[in-house]
Formats: sequence, C-alpha cells, structure tokens
Amino acid sequence: MIKVLSIIGEYFVFLKRVFSRPEKWGIFFKKLLYEMYTMGFGSLLIVSVVSLMLGSVITIQSVLQIESNWIPSWTAGFIVRTSAVMELCPTIISLLLIGNLGSRITSEIGSMKVTEQVDALEVMGINSAAYLVCPKIVATIFVNPILTIIGIFCALTGGYFTIAITEMISTYDFVDGLTYCFRVYDVIYSITKTAVFAFVMSSVSAFYGYRIEGGALELGKATTQGFVVTSVIVLILNVVITNIML
Amino acid sequence: MILVDKVSKYFGDHHVLKGIDTRFDDGKVNLIIGRSGAGKTVLLKCLIGLFAPDEGAILYDDRNFHTFSEKDKKQLRSEMGMVFQGSALFDSMTIEENVMFPLDMLTEGKSYDEKLARVNFCLERVDLKGTNDLYPAELSGGMKKRAAIARAIACNPKYLFCDEPNSGLDPKTSLIIDQLIYEITHEFGITTIVNTHDINSVITIGETISYIYEGRLEWRGSKDEVLISDNQFLNDFIFAQPLTQRIRGK
Repeated sequence: MIKVLSIIGEYFVFLKRVFSRPEKWGIFFKKLLYEMYTMGFGSLLIVSVVSLMLGSVITIQSVLQIESNWIPSWTAGFIVRTSAVMELCPTIISLLLIGNLGSRITSEIGSMKVTEQVDALEVMGINSAAYLVCPKIVATIFVNPILTIIGIFCALTGGYFTIAITEMISTYDFVDGLTYCFRVYDVIYSITKTAVFAFVMSSVSAFYGYRIEGGALELGKATTQGFVVTSVIVLILNVVITNIML
Repeated sequence: MILVDKVSKYFGDHHVLKGIDTRFDDGKVNLIIGRSGAGKTVLLKCLIGLFAPDEGAILYDDRNFHTFSEKDKKQLRSEMGMVFQGSALFDSMTIEENVMFPLDMLTEGKSYDEKLARVNFCLERVDLKGTNDLYPAELSGGMKKRAAIARAIACNPKYLFCDEPNSGLDPKTSLIIDQLIYEITHEFGITTIVNTHDINSVITIGETISYIYEGRLEWRGSKDEVLISDNQFLNDFIFAQPLTQRIRGK
C-alpha cells in the first residue's frame, strides 16, 4: 500500500515537472506539431480499420438480436449509433491507442533514459520532463478525440455498408435509426471521455518510461506495466465519467 | 577551480562515497580514476548535479553548487559540457541537429547561419567534417564519441566532463580521443574532468589524478608521479595489467 502511494506521489511530482514553463515556446510548438502529425497519421489506418470492422459486427449483432415484429427495424441503426458514439469508439479506440501510442511513449522515453539521453538534457540545464513529455501529452489530448470522431464515422460507415451488402434491413431504416433522437451532448460526452483517457494514457505511459532504472529488460517490463496500469485506470475512469456525465 | 569538500553519498544502506576531498584545477585535464564500482561515476554525477551529495559540498569557484537557486544552477549548467559513456547523442536527430541542440536551447539572439557556422566549426575541430546529415546510428563508436565532444563544446563551456570516454574503443581510437580532449582543454582554456580506468589516459593526459578506492580518495597526484608512487592500492590498480607490470619491471 505504501509502495502504491509512493508511486502515486512520484507521478504527481512528475506531472509538476512536466507542466513547467517550456524552455522555448517556439521549440515546444515545433515538437507539438511533430507529435500531433506522427501520432495522428501513425494511428489513422489502424483506428479506421478497427472501427469499420467494429461497426460492421455491432450492426449484424443488433439486427439479429431484434428480429421481432414488435420492434421497428430502424432500432438497429439507433443501437449501432448509440453504442459506437457513447461507448465502443471512445473506449475501444482509447484502449487500442494505449497499445499503440502509449507503448511507443514508454519505450521512446525509456530508451532515452537507459542510453543517458535524458541525463544529457538535464546536464544542459533543460527540464527533460517538460521538453520530452509535455508536447506528447498535449498532442494526444488533441489527436485522440479527432481519431475517435474518425472512428465513429468509420464505424457507422461500416454498419451502413454491411446493411447495404447483406440487405438484412433496408438502408433507409438503418439511416433513419442512425439519425433518430440524435443528441450533440452524446458526442461531447464521447470527446470528453477520450480527452481524459488521452491525458491518462500519455502521462502514465511517459511516467513509466521516465522511472526506468537499468537496461533493456527493465524497458520491456516498464512498457508492459505502463500498458496494464493505463488500461485499468482508463476502465475505472470510464465508469466514473459515465456516472458523472450521464 | 572545483573543490570537492568531504562529499558522501548513500544509496539506501550502501555508502558509495565516503567523505571525498579533492580539487580539480582550472584549465587542466583532471582525471578521476579507480576500479569499476569504486564510486567514480557517482562522484561525476554529483559534480554535474545529477545527484545531490548527502554530506559535504561541491564548490565551483568557492560557491556551493547544491545550494544554488534554480536560476544560478541553470546558469552554471550552461557553462558545462558533458560527454557520456555511451555518447548519449539524440538518435532521432542528425549529427548537425545534435550539435546545434544546445545552441538552440541555451543561446539567445543567434541567427541560424551563426549557429550553423559554430556547428561546422565544432565538427571540423573533432575531425567530423561532412557528417552533418548522418544519424548517430550511422557512425562508428569513435565517431560517436567525437560527435559527443563536438556537442559538449558547442556552447563554449567552462567545464567539460567526460565519463569513460574510451570505453568500448580500440587502443588507437582511444589515443585519438585522449589527444582530442587534451587539445580542446588547452585550446579553449576549459577545466576538464575525465572519469576513466584506462591506464593509457592516465599516463598521457592526466595533469591531475584523483584515485578513488572503495568510495574514498586514496591518492592524488599527476601523471609524472603515478608510476613512482608507493601507495599500495594505487599500484595494485596501475600495475594490474601485464604490460604495465613489464614497464615496472624495467
């Protein structure tokens, strides 16, 4: 218990260092744009493919579950939209990005720590936490919600094409369901969740990379630990945010 | 002058540095020597501020580094250059970007052309002309060390710290690196502190030598005195290799 509390304390001290004033704003923004570009484009394909498949599967399952004369056929579209916007895309894509971007952040910072590149920054009088980690956190807070919106669009498109190809229900009914009782608040809820998950993902992953002491073995352990801890925190926060916002 | 005044450092129950007293003279190549695990790297990390001593003080021109304000620490660090054991070049950057990095981060009001001219001067000085666009992974071990030296001197440092600059290098390349460190020290009037256990470095560039044995300063002298000392611990270290034993025999 004391060890857990000490790690939590270390994490907040680390965050204080991360959110110090950057050495030079010009270099900070240059790094921020670079991180947004690499993280965004680097994850675009995997997010699109997973969301497309996810949308297709939920659509088939929804249509099969509600085969009843008492339930209107547009209900399938409504279920697909609600589950994609409110739960599947923000949470599943965030978990996917923890594996993709989070592990990358841990291993990148961890290998810099192991090869003394972080020490080299400190000796120059540069706050290495602020220089290396802050642009990554800010970048994910912007990029992950955009990826989630793209994911939602792909999931709904996947559902639409599944219906068009299989003709389980009419595409007209499906689109009718997709647009039925649409609330902008659902999208705000989804984006808020993703932004919070993005902050946790990047900061916890960076923290695990930053506290590595040792060599390649420690790097592997830290990457796995970072992934597991971040995923658990994200799933707990999912419950908390849902209770607060809905 | 850098004065190390009764510095002790503990890691848990492990007493690594045991009240070390020594000094590093201005404009000279000062060596810290000793066996692996003697505490050389910990002492070097205390000197550059990566570790804070648990007892004692490190004085830069009579000012205690570890009681400096953050602003003063930053100022002093901008006067330091460091060559790490594994070079610690940023592998996502080219050699030019690596050498330009401290200029970008630590200097104000210099144009890109001025910074590039300084980068090219430093690369030329360490005999790495034309490697600007290469990445660290494309360089040999000796070239990486030279690139690290170029980065360390980019901001005209007052103090240059080198952590085992010869480790992993063949004897000839080691001599070239030693010679380069010696020349740079005298050419630019830098105070250089080199952490090493390479006997060739000891007898070629060691203007002052501090021998650390099991966390304490066992002997202090120069390259001229090191081979004729009657300190048993020092002799065990210096004459451990068959080659130096043969020299001693003659």
